[in-house]
Amino acid sequence: MTRTMPHGGLGWVWIGPATLLFLGVMIVPLIMTFLLTFYSWSSTAGIVVGFSWANWAEVLGDPYFFTVLWRTLHYSTLATLIVLVVGVPEAIIIARMSKRWRGFCLLAIVGPLLVSVVARTLGWTLLFGGANGLVNQLLMQLGLIRYPLPFMFTSTGTIIALAHVLMPMMVLSVSASIQKINPQIENAARSLGAPYHVVMRRIILPQILPGILSGTLIVFAMAASSFATPAIIGGRRLKVATTLIYDEFTNTLNWPLGAVIAVLLLVGLLAIFVGCNALMARRDQGGAR
Amino acid sequence: MSHLVLQALCKKYHQFVAVAETSLQIKEAEFISLLGPSGCGKTTTLQMIAGFTEPTSGRVLLNGADLTPLDPNRRGLGMVFQSYALFPHMTVADNVSFGLEMRKVSAPERTKRVADALELVGLSDFRHRYPVQMSGGQQQRVALARALVIRPPVLLLDEPLSNLDAKLREDMQEELLRIQRSLGTTTVMVTHDQSEAMAMSDRIVVMDHGRVEQVGAPEDVYAAPASDFVARFLGRMNMLDATISLSSGAALLNIAGYTLAAPDTMTEGPVRVSIRPEMLFLADEGVPGTIGRRAFHGAFWVCEVITAAGPVSFIHPNTGRPAPHTGAAVRLGIRPAGMTLVPAAAVII
Repeated sequence: MTRTMPHGGLGWVWIGPATLLFLGVMIVPLIMTFLLTFYSWSSTAGIVVGFSWANWAEVLGDPYFFTVLWRTLHYSTLATLIVLVVGVPEAIIIARMSKRWRGFCLLAIVGPLLVSVVARTLGWTLLFGGANGLVNQLLMQLGLIRYPLPFMFTSTGTIIALAHVLMPMMVLSVSASIQKINPQIENAARSLGAPYHVVMRRIILPQILPGILSGTLIVFAMAASSFATPAIIGGRRLKVATTLIYDEFTNTLNWPLGAVIAVLLLVGLLAIFVGCNALMARRDQGGAR
Repeated sequence: MSHLVLQALCKKYHQFVAVAETSLQIKEAEFISLLGPSGCGKTTTLQMIAGFTEPTSGRVLLNGADLTPLDPNRRGLGMVFQSYALFPHMTVADNVSFGLEMRKVSAPERTKRVADALELVGLSDFRHRYPVQMSGGQQQRVALARALVIRPPVLLLDEPLSNLDAKLREDMQEELLRIQRSLGTTTVMVTHDQSEAMAMSDRIVVMDHGRVEQVGAPEDVYAAPASDFVARFLGRMNMLDATISLSSGAALLNIAGYTLAAPDTMTEGPVRVSIRPEMLFLADEGVPGTIGRRAFHGAFWVCEVITAAGPVSFIHPNTGRPAPHTGAAVRLGIRPAGMTLVPAAAVII
């Protein structure tokens, strides 16, 4: 009896704290947020506990909310595309550098992660913030432009800033999968007669695809749920899901409505994640046939 | 005319000479091994033949044509890598087929040649497997099939068997040799394993510190090593200090208290004697000593005998009489023609 008890009993002791933390800060708030979507709200009575589909009907029926959610998708998709186009070659180039330069470049890429997103985003404001932005000032003094480049409070600016802030995630993810490749494999392909671009397309890319896919997922999810960058660059006019939720919770105090949008954002991201995982699993299964 | 020629091939990294000017003529269908300890330049030499390393000077010629300025993918040489370097995301058949696709071979012929190559290495039933699902020996065969299917004029093997366990390695040596003989592909193998090199090669090239120490048939190099390094690297070699004395016109050799006749050409004075362990045997007459460590190898024992001239190792075959135990006093006979004498003065110079 004493032989089996400590094992069975101790197991729960070990995972208990983690389970409690997970339940307390993750599961319970999620359930509460979900329940909140069915409560009602009025400017006079505030939040009233109950059950109604009114908030869902309001969000799904009003084109304004649709515009905001569409904008969120639009920003995250484009930012992810930029990150893909710039980040993947960047990781490949870095992998080919000499050891010293590779270390330096990786540090330069990872370093910004140590700085708050707010600070990194405000950097763009310093460069492009109206007529006082450094770059705008310089370009205007050189006579290349007559008016400051529109960057702040534009969609283009927000997307570029999002791509910049999230770039390290893609580079790190792809770098990790490049490092797993046996360097002799490339030589093997070369000795079999493959020119450089064929080695890249048929040998290297298929092997780093899992890294690219997970990097894409991470970047997309972080872009869609980012707050500071769209809040600072996009401003109050170009609202995305997160800034809208923030406004509903803190300004309008219409928590139930904010909760509906939060749940929609979460469900959308989950669907994309699950879909991509299923795709990858199918590919892996095909690989192990 | 030689088939593959290395002309004063040399590779330097700043001040460091990885491969000093190396020249070598390799005949068609010959199996040649580059043998030496790690860092001796054998792999760099192979890399220069394959085109992965650019030589500082010198040329690589194949049938008289200069390969040196060509990229590796334009040389058309087959290569098997130490880690096999199979493409992990492709099936066995796709791995083998890759080189044919690069050569724009038509699909039906590709299928046929891939099937032939896999049959040659005995892996016909594995065509749809992925490399991770195969053992090291099987992956090695796939790598060999992939290199041979393009019908290369020269096959380059970079430590091809070093990742296999001992028994499998012996089987693969025979298999590799059988395939090489049946196809008649000129083969250059890099290895640090002297017994592997001697068992497989027509000629071996012993290298050390970026220099070729000796080139020749395994039997010749083993019997007449050109330097102390080669003597020690190929098998074991006992080196003993002895003296030659002249008595009534005949030269006598004295090794640690044992006297025997020496060639008349020798002059009086100290000499260096080199004797292979298999040239020594237990006898009633011979070099006296006591047995030190002994190691059983199944077919034979390797015993160490402490003599007045230092430790000597000899091989005692397991043919009925067990080897004497540690501490036993023995005498070692020397088989005729089993030793090489060099005047000690020559050694010093």
